[in-house]
Amino acid sequence: MTQTPHLALVPGTAPAAAPAPETPVILEIEGLTKSFISTPGLGGHIANLFGAGIKRQEVRAVSGVDLSVKTGEIVGIVGESGCGKSTVARMLAGISNPTGGEIRYRGKARSKMTRAEREDFALSIQMIFQDPYASLNPRMRVRDIIGEAAVVHGYVTRAEMPAYVEDLMTRVGLAPDMADRFPHQFSGGQRQRIGIARALALKPDVLICDESVAALDVSIQAQVLNLFMDLRDSLGLTYLFISHNLGVVEHISDRVVIMYLGRVVESAPTEELYARPHHPYTRLLMDHLPTLSVERRTHRPIAGDLPSPLDPPPGCPFNPRCPLATDRCRSERPALREVTPGHISACHFDDTSSAEIR
Amino acid sequence: MTDATSSLPRRAAKKPSRLAMLTTRFAENRLAVFGLFLVVLAILAALFAPWIAPQNPFDLATLDIFDSMLPPGSTGSENGLHYLLGTDAQGRDVFSSILYGLRTSLIVAFSSVGFSMGIGLVAGLSAAYFGGALDAILMRIVDIQLSFPAILVALVLLAILGQGVDKVILALIIAQWPYFARTARSAALVERNREYILAVRCLNLSAPRIIARHLLPNCLPPLIVIALIDLASSIAIEATLSFLGVGVPVTKPSLGMLISNGFEFLMSGSYWISLFPGFALALVIMGINLAGDHLRDILNPRNS
Repeated sequence: MTQTPHLALVPGTAPAAAPAPETPVILEIEGLTKSFISTPGLGGHIANLFGAGIKRQEVRAVSGVDLSVKTGEIVGIVGESGCGKSTVARMLAGISNPTGGEIRYRGKARSKMTRAEREDFALSIQMIFQDPYASLNPRMRVRDIIGEAAVVHGYVTRAEMPAYVEDLMTRVGLAPDMADRFPHQFSGGQRQRIGIARALALKPDVLICDESVAALDVSIQAQVLNLFMDLRDSLGLTYLFISHNLGVVEHISDRVVIMYLGRVVESAPTEELYARPHHPYTRLLMDHLPTLSVERRTHRPIAGDLPSPLDPPPGCPFNPRCPLATDRCRSERPALREVTPGHISACHFDDTSSAEIR
Repeated sequence: MTDATSSLPRRAAKKPSRLAMLTTRFAENRLAVFGLFLVVLAILAALFAPWIAPQNPFDLATLDIFDSMLPPGSTGSENGLHYLLGTDAQGRDVFSSILYGLRTSLIVAFSSVGFSMGIGLVAGLSAAYFGGALDAILMRIVDIQLSFPAILVALVLLAILGQGVDKVILALIIAQWPYFARTARSAALVERNREYILAVRCLNLSAPRIIARHLLPNCLPPLIVIALIDLASSIAIEATLSFLGVGVPVTKPSLGMLISNGFEFLMSGSYWISLFPGFALALVIMGINLAGDHLRDILNPRNS
C-alpha cells in the first residue's frame, strides 16, 4: 500500500479524530528523573588536597516527570533547549537509563519486566532523530540501514529482507529502486524518510519524534508531518512529538505538554492549551508565536536566561523570569494541579482565575 | 498529485564514488605517487626475490669464498656471476642479499602492523563504546606504555624473549598496539555520540554488532594512515634492533642485519656492504612516508 504524502499543510487544523477518553494507556511514566553526577575523580581529590575545592556536582536534567500516553494519541512535548525533553525521549527509547522513576508499558513496569519482555518493549518504542544527515550510517546502503535490525531480530529472513525493505520504502514515499544507494545520495527529506522506514521495520507501537522536522525545509516539514499522520491512521501508531516549534506541535498533536527546567509545567488538550494557556511560561511562549497579522505588536522578550540546572532557583523554577513572580513563588515550588478537566498546570496563580492576571 | 520525493532528479547517482575521488586526488601529488611506486616496487622485489636474485645468499653451495669483498660491478672468478652491488665477507652477492633481506623486513613490518592494528582496534573501540572502568583500565595501560619510546619497549621485550623473527614480530605488536588503541578510541569517541549510533542502539542491536558494523567502518580512515606510518616505523625499529644484534637471527637477515654485517668493513673502504642495504632501507621508509603523508592529507575531512 502506497501512502501518498499530501503536499498542502493547512496551518492550525487540529487532528480530525481525537481518541476517545476510554482508550487504554499504552505508555506511562511516573516521577522519571535523570541526574548527571560529576565526581572529582582521583585527579580532583589530589587537587582538593591543595585546596582546589572541586565538589561533586549533580545536574538534574529531568526531575520527576509524569506522563501518560493513550494508544493512538499524539502527544506534543514543548520546551526550550535544555529543558530535558530530549532526555525524556532518550530514556523512553532505551538509549539512556533513568536514575529514578518508573516507565510502564501496557501497564507493566519496566523494572519488573523479564529480559524478553524488556527486549519487546525496546523494539516497540522507536525513535526518529533530528538531524537526517547524522542519523544514518554514511557507510551503509539504504537497504541495510532499513533492513538490518529486522533480520537480526528475526522479523524476516535475510532472503526476504530486500522485499521487506522495498515495501517499507514505498510506504514512506521512497522509490524502492533506490535501495542500493548510500545516504549521501539523498536529500534531507528523503533521508528523514529512510530514518522513518528504519524505525517502522521493527513494527513499533510508539514513535518518538525528537525534533524530527526541525532540520528540514518548511515545505518538506509539511510532507513529513503528513506522512506521520498517514502512518498513524494506517498502522495505529502512537506518537510522542518533541519540538520547540509551537506551530508544528499545534498542527499534529492531540495533547501538549510544556516542560521547563526538567519539569512539566503545563499539560492540556491542544485546542484547550492554545486557546486558554494557563502557566505564565506557556503564555509567554504563545505571545511569541509568529503570526501573519499586520497589527503592530509590542515585543517583550522573555527576560533572562534559562537558569543553570546545576543551581536551580528555589521555589518555582520559572520565578526569575516570570512577570508575575511573588515572594511565595521564590520560596515554594507549585505542584501540578488540574485547573479544568484534562488541563493541569503548576503555578501559584492557578488559584486565581486566568482573566484576573491577564 | 505527484509523489514529490520519488520524482526528484536523481543526479546524485552520477557522482563518482568516494574511492574514485580519492584515487584522483592521490594522483595529483607526484611525490606521493613516487612514494607509492617505491613501496610497490619493494613489495614486488621481496615477493619475487628467488626469481630476480642472481644468487641465493643463504645457499652455501652457491657461495664462493674467493669472491668475498668484491667491489660493485665485479664478475665472479669461477661462476661468472655479475655482482652488481659487490659481495660481502662471505662472498654473498649484496644485491641478492638486499632482495632477501627486504623479504624479512617486510614480513616483520606487515604482520606486526596487522596484528597491532587488530588488537588496538578491538581495545580502542570497546573502550570508547563501553566507557567506564573498561575505558579507564585500557587507557591507563596505553598511557603507561606510551610514556616509553616504542623501540625501548621492543628492546626490553627482546632481551627477555630472545632472538627470532616471530619474537621480533611479537615485540613489535606489544610495542605498537597502544598507538592504534589511542587513535581508534579518539575516533570512536566522536562517532559514538553521533545520531546514527544512537539510532542503532535504539534498534536494540548487540554491542559487538554495533562496534563491528557501525562504529568500525566510520573510524577506519585515520587508522589506515596510522597503519601506513607505523609500517615505516616498524621497518625502522626492526632494522635498529637487528643492527644492535637483538633482532632477527643471522640465518634470516633483514636489511638492518645486512647493514650491521658490513659495518665493521665500512672504515676499511668496503663501503658497499653497508651502504646499499642502507639505501634500500631508506628508500622503502621514504616511500611509505611520502604515500602515507599525502593519504593523511586527503583523508582529513577538514582539507576536502
